[in-house]
Amino acid sequence: MKYLLGLLAACLFSATSIAADVAPDVLVKNVTTEVLDVVRKDRDIQNGNSKKTLELVETKILPHFNFQRMVQLAMGREGRKATPEQLKTLTDEFRNLLVRTYSKALTEFRNQEITYKPLKMAATDTDVKVRTEIKQSGGKPVALDYYLEKSPAGWKVYDVEVGGVSLITNYRTTFGQEIQNNGVDGLIRILQAKNKTGEASGSAK
Amino acid sequence: MNSQKTLTRFKAAVIVLALSGLLGGCATSGNPKDPIEGFNRAMFAFNEGLDTVLIKPVAQGYDTALPTPVKTGVTNFFGNIADLFIGLNNLLQGKAGQAVSDLGRVAINSTIGILGLFDVATEAGLEKHEEDFGQTFGRWGMGDGAYVVIPVFGPRTVRDTAGLVLDVAVDPVGNVDHVATRNSLLALRMIDTRADLLPADKVIEEAALDKYSYVRDGYLQRRRNLVHDGNPPRDID
Repeated sequence: MKYLLGLLAACLFSATSIAADVAPDVLVKNVTTEVLDVVRKDRDIQNGNSKKTLELVETKILPHFNFQRMVQLAMGREGRKATPEQLKTLTDEFRNLLVRTYSKALTEFRNQEITYKPLKMAATDTDVKVRTEIKQSGGKPVALDYYLEKSPAGWKVYDVEVGGVSLITNYRTTFGQEIQNNGVDGLIRILQAKNKTGEASGSAK
Repeated sequence: MNSQKTLTRFKAAVIVLALSGLLGGCATSGNPKDPIEGFNRAMFAFNEGLDTVLIKPVAQGYDTALPTPVKTGVTNFFGNIADLFIGLNNLLQGKAGQAVSDLGRVAINSTIGILGLFDVATEAGLEKHEEDFGQTFGRWGMGDGAYVVIPVFGPRTVRDTAGLVLDVAVDPVGNVDHVATRNSLLALRMIDTRADLLPADKVIEEAALDKYSYVRDGYLQRRRNLVHDGNPPRDID
């Protein structure tokens, strides 16, 4: 019995360590390649079937994102005013907003070629920047960078930068002002309203 | 003569809009980067209106009517002219190596690339850069100053507005003597640039809670990044 438990523990341990062992740049490359392959083949997604796109983003991309860290980054200092319940609601709403934004970007830019830059990282690093580039015909390539941190469940993305613009901290001023004017609940209301109109226009397609 | 009159009328309309924006300026939210937010929001609304009724529909038509190789050719053609001016700015910023590479790009693309229609230089390993006078001033240590939305041109900072004046003054396309050719080229470049931005536009609509501040904060981050050539000091708190 003890032996079996030990074996089980060993299996569990090795399973989690496999997830944690995938290097951050390999993870980014694998996920991007896999998702773009699907998008480039799937006619429904190309024709604007947003339900299918959302599903793809939900199952393939989101497990590698740390949304709680993202929402805290987006709120900056004002985030300290949020209670744990408010933080949970905010995380859910922000997650929905980012999922839709990401899905839109994926369908709009699906034909661009992505190149992966070599990763500069020491074995002990727990916070890295994975650099990729989107090639554009006739223009300077646009940098698409992912910030990842190491967690027991593998590397998790907590910020994405396009051409040096962080998709997360770009919300900071708006979020901060809203919290100052109408409190954390005011920010939650705004996010909920935005997500409702986004869902409505998405399902109308 | 006639176009002069339209231009004066256009200027008058801009001034009226600008004043109404300033009067409404009391509604600022006290953002230190954006002290004239009321004015800027009015100007942003004006630009958005102009885009919705005129520039965007034309760009959409252009985008659907022309095959991709033609559009790429147009973008490359204007990109090749811009490389001259990017090289000049790299030189002014003391980045001689990059300036040489920019001029090399112009030499290759203007000849082998048939008047710049094909970007052969990128294939050959000479990477395209992005520079302008606003960045040069930033490189020289000038702070960016307040955020300003300029009619037609869109988001700038005070520093980048000063840069824009020089950008326009030395722009080879804007200095073409033959008026009809110059105006056609300027219009084509504008429409081509706008068409290239159509996909990004859709993503912004999806992402922004308030489009004005989303564009403003994005612009400020982007410029900061460009002045530091892609490696700005990261600030997280």
